Amino acid sequence: MEYLIGIQGQDFVLVAADNVAAHSIVKMKQDQDKMFKLSDKILLLCVGEAGDTVQFAEYIQKNIQLYKMRNGYELSPTAAANFTRKNLADYLRSRTPYHVNLLLAGFDETDGPGLYYMDHLSALAKAPFAAHGHGLNHRFILNLPSFSVRLIDKDGTHDLEKLIPVGAK
Amino acid sequence: MALQDVSGFQDTPMSHMWNSPASLSGPMGDTTPLLDMADERILGWGRFKSSERDGGVPLRFFIPPPQSSVPFRCDNRHTSLSSLSTSSSPPTRRPFPLSHGTTTLAFVFQGGVIAAADTRASCSGLVACPSAQKILPIHSHLLVTTSGSGADCMLWERILAREIRLYQLRHGRRLSITGSAKLLSHMLHPFKGTDVCVAATLCGWDVEEVRVEEFKGKRVDRMGSGRDDSISPAKRPVEETVMSTSDACSQDDLTDSACERTRHAVTDVDLTRSPVRDRCGPKLFYVCSDGTRLQGELFSVGSGSPYAYGVLDGEVRWSLNEEEAISLAREAVYRATHRDAYSGNCVDLFHITAQGYCRRDREDLREEYHRERERVLKRGKEESEEDKK
Repeated sequence: MEYLIGIQGQDFVLVAADNVAAHSIVKMKQDQDKMFKLSDKILLLCVGEAGDTVQFAEYIQKNIQLYKMRNGYELSPTAAANFTRKNLADYLRSRTPYHVNLLLAGFDETDGPGLYYMDHLSALAKAPFAAHGHGLNHRFILNLPSFSVRLIDKDGTHDLEKLIPVGAK
Repeated sequence: MALQDVSGFQDTPMSHMWNSPASLSGPMGDTTPLLDMADERILGWGRFKSSERDGGVPLRFFIPPPQSSVPFRCDNRHTSLSSLSTSSSPPTRRPFPLSHGTTTLAFVFQGGVIAAADTRASCSGLVACPSAQKILPIHSHLLVTTSGSGADCMLWERILAREIRLYQLRHGRRLSITGSAKLLSHMLHPFKGTDVCVAATLCGWDVEEVRVEEFKGKRVDRMGSGRDDSISPAKRPVEETVMSTSDACSQDDLTDSACERTRHAVTDVDLTRSPVRDRCGPKLFYVCSDGTRLQGELFSVGSGSPYAYGVLDGEVRWSLNEEEAISLAREAVYRATHRDAYSGNCVDLFHITAQGYCRRDREDLREEYHRERERVLKRGKEESEEDKK
């Protein structure tokens, strides 16, 4: 029931994620943020199995920060996406795979905006628009209470107004 | 715990033999697979001692052979993943069926945190103990409500208490509630996919002294030259990996901004409410052995949780006063025990404020039930008298 969506524009990337943290049939939390800030202009959106999402996303987040600390400059979105994919692939063939679906959105000085789609089998594809969610291939399920929306452009990451469907609370 | 360390129990080869579920299948099958599994077992343990995913946390445990964990993790959706796994032994049969029944709840309000739980420890239809304690204090400002397997909860609560105390001794300040939740979540992560079942809520109050040391969202400081606090975890890999509160900051920064907007978007919220996600103040976390870690303002866990949610969702507000909050928590547990077969007996209530936790006397819910019946009878009589008139 989780949903991620990303759209790449001329000079921006727009991403949205739903806010429900559910535990089988109970919605434990309605304001969960599924976006992880890898750097000023890179966001990682992560859904999937309960504990794996946060663990994997935070692991990537800390390693990207470590890279910057060690080398003095940040990884580009392409490099970050490939680093993430490599980690996911390495764990895939271990005894403890991470079952997560990701979208990585970033803005690079030279290459411009980029949106990368990654799934739990560590397939990586740069796409102009992408989404993850139930019924992705069959139906467009949007009966979730609210979505967080963010925009990445050359000035950094901006939080936009939360989307709350009209008539719903 | 101390006895294990003192006697060096982990390190003897005998202990490996005793605790492996594979030894149960020894008499039944032939010996050759046992030898193979023994090699893998020892390798598995060696790997688990500092597994690739726990960042070198120094825990030594008897972990069931990894072969049994993969089938449990993969449900119907991920059958493709299970085919990729290299090991393919049949899952080990549990010696007895595990069952979890409880009602625990906790919520935050302007006067602190209320934690309440029933006291029935059940074991598939048998009330194993009518006066168990499900809310365990870790230190003066942190409580853990436990749900899931009783043995696992007891063990992990003690491990958490030990690690928090060690942190305090090493670093000279108490670990924040956020940090404690992260610590528990990271310690439970290597056991994901095994039968460990712990669903705990950490209820606590972050006190002033923690605030002084923390980085209040100054990410530039951390990424640039770096002060001692940010570098020390990297220098000492043996310690817990993500324990410094600076780590909690970066995620909280994002959730902070997200949550500010929630408050503006929802219109019926009490305007006198102060942001719950400040650095100090009441905190509530839900940590589960499947890896979930959620911060929130209202959680209920256990088989009786739907009934408790039914009572709490309508009534919990930030602006409750202490008596209202306590009676609401009692009512929620009472309703849950009334309907859920696996919850019952008494209710434990704890209230955490900036000064620490205080515990109410344990109340038998049987009396509450009788009081309610009398009220209903009296009301019925009054109504019938009015009808007669």
